[in-house]
Amino acid sequence: MSGSQQARSTSTPFALGGMSGYLLKGGRVVDPSSGVDAVGDLLIADRVIAEIGDSIDPGSIEVIDVSGLVVAPGLVDMHTHVREPGREDEETIASAARAAAAGGYTAICTMPNTDPVADTASVVEKVWALGREAGLVQVVPAGALSKGLVGESMADIGEMARSVARVRLFTDDGKGVQSALFARRAMEYLIAFDGIYAEHCEDESLALGGQMHEGERSIALGMRGIPAEAEELMAARDVALSRLTGCRLHLLHISTAGTVELVRRAKSEGVPVTCEATPHHFTLTDEALEGYDPNAKVNPPLRSEDHRDAVIAGLADGTIDAIATDHAPHAIEEKDIEFQYAPPGLVGLETSLALTLTELFHKGHLSLSDAIERLSCAPARILGLPDHGTLAVGGPANVVVFDPDASWEVDPHLFHSLSRNTPFGGRKVTGRVVHTFFNGNPTTRDSELVGVSV
Amino acid sequence: MFKHLLSMDQLSADDITRVLDTAESLRQVTDRPIKKLPTLRGRTVCNLFYEASTRTRISFELAAKRLSADVINFSADSKSSVAKGESFKDTAWTLEAMGVDAIVVRHGSSGAPLQLSRWVKASVLNAGDGWHEHPTQALLDIFSIREHFKDLSGLNVAIAGDVLHSRVARSNVKGLVTMGANVVLVGPPTLIPIQARSWGAEISYDLDSVIEDVDVCYLLRVQKERATEQLFPSNREYAANWGLDSRRVAKMKPDALVMHPGPMNRGVEISADVSELPRSIVLDQVSNGLAIRMSLLYLMLGGAEEGDVS
Amino acid sequence: MAQPGRKGDDFAVKARVMESDDIRRALTRIAHEIVEANKGTDDLVIVGIRTRGAPLADRIAADIASFEGVDLPSGALDVSLYRDDVGLRGPRNLEATTVPADLDGRVVVLVDDVLFTGRTIRAAFEAILDLGRPKAIKLAVLVDRGHRELPIRADHVGKNLPTSSGEDVRVHLTEIDGEDAVLIGRKDGGVG
Ligand SMILES: [Zn+2]
Ligand SMILES: [Zn+2]
Repeated sequence: MSGSQQARSTSTPFALGGMSGYLLKGGRVVDPSSGVDAVGDLLIADRVIAEIGDSIDPGSIEVIDVSGLVVAPGLVDMHTHVREPGREDEETIASAARAAAAGGYTAICTMPNTDPVADTASVVEKVWALGREAGLVQVVPAGALSKGLVGESMADIGEMARSVARVRLFTDDGKGVQSALFARRAMEYLIAFDGIYAEHCEDESLALGGQMHEGERSIALGMRGIPAEAEELMAARDVALSRLTGCRLHLLHISTAGTVELVRRAKSEGVPVTCEATPHHFTLTDEALEGYDPNAKVNPPLRSEDHRDAVIAGLADGTIDAIATDHAPHAIEEKDIEFQYAPPGLVGLETSLALTLTELFHKGHLSLSDAIERLSCAPARILGLPDHGTLAVGGPANVVVFDPDASWEVDPHLFHSLSRNTPFGGRKVTGRVVHTFFNGNPTTRDSELVGVSV
Repeated sequence: MFKHLLSMDQLSADDITRVLDTAESLRQVTDRPIKKLPTLRGRTVCNLFYEASTRTRISFELAAKRLSADVINFSADSKSSVAKGESFKDTAWTLEAMGVDAIVVRHGSSGAPLQLSRWVKASVLNAGDGWHEHPTQALLDIFSIREHFKDLSGLNVAIAGDVLHSRVARSNVKGLVTMGANVVLVGPPTLIPIQARSWGAEISYDLDSVIEDVDVCYLLRVQKERATEQLFPSNREYAANWGLDSRRVAKMKPDALVMHPGPMNRGVEISADVSELPRSIVLDQVSNGLAIRMSLLYLMLGGAEEGDVS
Repeated sequence: MAQPGRKGDDFAVKARVMESDDIRRALTRIAHEIVEANKGTDDLVIVGIRTRGAPLADRIAADIASFEGVDLPSGALDVSLYRDDVGLRGPRNLEATTVPADLDGRVVVLVDDVLFTGRTIRAAFEAILDLGRPKAIKLAVLVDRGHRELPIRADHVGKNLPTSSGEDVRVHLTEIDGEDAVLIGRKDGGVG
């Protein structure tokens, strides 16, 4: 059973006699969506969360001792790059789903910069269907704003929104929308479909040819820099356009002090804006570039300490709603080359919980509840996924169980992702996924991926 | 002494002095009729050049040959030709398999020599990487300055021109500051990153205000046209504000030197008449490059540790 | 910077085999032998091999000057770049080679402190021959301790000092070490 990593279908019924399920016994149950934070039992029966209580009688159901562990809503990644269709050698939807399940996720939102681009209903429906087939997590496709991501003509926004994939988040991620006029029209149009305009904030004329954050280190390393202002200018423009149009705006992977402050002010003024930050941006600084490791090349770039600290402060005070991975797989031969020629991006699904706990929870920036809020509840809320980000009784059992104090060393060779591009190899982290349940089925048991058992 | 030479950061003042002293001894040899030494007999040096630079390559090639090393030249012009053929890492491993003892690498991507040094057992010499560093140029420049002023400490050196895009500037600032010189970077603000202050250099946008005090005026090559962006209005305007012409030279101290890493844009950063003045030591820089590169090959390939004499 | 070859930590002194006077007398004798063998001082050039051959060459030249009344051309030779163990031993700090300009047709007397394997002398031959074409090369050493690895012998020897391979011989000279003495000692852990 456990040897099978490939799930067939989420709709396969449990074959056990009588009531199927699991009793998670004696864990610290934390559900920020309902304010629950108490030691107790959680009963999964017939795929739903049947009961949360002090001491539940398991009956004939398998009991899993989770004492000392945290039981929380399954994690939701708002920002995952899969490479299917196009570069299935780097990441398929199935392999991304395995990496996600191993990382404690029960839902991932896939970015549209595939080949072909997810700018039509047929592509997003294909991604959605492959996600269903993989079965380990809910795959929620994002759609492109513009055809081919070139920022000129609108993608089939309405058709994608109305497709079975029910696309809600639209973005040209990989690059920012350079034309303010296009951005404005896209925002206006999205309102009809309750869509979210999500931006990769980068003014290309300022960022031109940049390899890393512009600052003392880029000057010393002899690399063209990307100034913080390249992000901040576009973020400011989009906030202004969101205010103008009323369209919901989500700023992807924000990385600078200026953007954090901008969002803080916009929220206080009632602009419908949300944003996310990545584990690498709150963990690392541009110091990681000093050895010219292409695995630390990412866009937006790793910033200096002051920006990193502002991102942490933004996560702590809730200005930054979500922690998202920007999981971006690349083949070894694409990263094992000269820094300048290497594509930006790193894989993050299998390290995000550990980095959040290590860098934010254990260092006292975030409570456990707030960490779960940023990793699960907020992204589920923004994406409109009622089955995720909550431990509501009666709802589908999308649950992660993790040990907040378990220390381990990141070994990229053990990743379930098809790619290994991470700057965190060899890093000691604290906090480990123990079990993940997707729709009541274990996808990870005792930190081992099990697939959906039949 | 050191396995690789990647950056001037790795050299202390004593290290620099040792490289220079060794170069001085080696230059004696190159002045005599029989210029070849048997020192590196049986060693192989590869010149791996991803950017065309005949001058630097020839200097390294001659240095290796003067010490009797075998020399392989491997040139790949650009990213595209490499992308079609084998990768940088494949090339590195191929050279390694051939038993190359040292790789002299010139590359357009900053940090490429450091990456290379992680892949091979051979010694790696940075012959210029991107905008990052060009340590052998800095060493030969410091050597040339030391010939005229016995001690570099307290010397005032102006480095004028396109500091932002210059690996020569980075290496020279580091080396000169290590040797105790006072360095001022001069040019239009678009070419002088303010962060360079953290290297221990001063910044000025006015060449006339510093020219009287300098012992060395080091001019960097100014790219006439940059494809991506414009950094100053015209060559004429550049020359008027930051070019070294005879009017400015007249204000210099009598024994102050003019230096340039070459090739010169006469009429832009340096006027033709100034380039031919006795105080211009551009050709000394070229010939000193040979001695410095011989010195480095000897010190780096001459073994791992200090040994005993029998 | 430390003198190459004088780390000292792996050398335990067993005996002092020559004192200042012994060295002075040996050098004087060598000086006379050189002139006698050359039938005068014509064409003689005295060249010391760095490091400790150089002051010895100066002393021999001074001796000859004192009894022959001629200032012979003398100089010092750094053979580091000619050694066959470059890469095995590590780079030495190069010192100036100050050999008189024209060696063609002259008799070059090489001077070194200790003759051992002969490899230093071989390197010196090559270095001299790159500088010119002398009529002859002669060799004078203060101590010959045996254990030759190349067919080389000295023309003038201050003292023959049979040693075992576990032993080492050190020459101290006032100009460099602050005293004149020849020491014999053990190489601690130097074997294997
Ligand atoms: Zn992005
Ligand atoms: Zn992305």
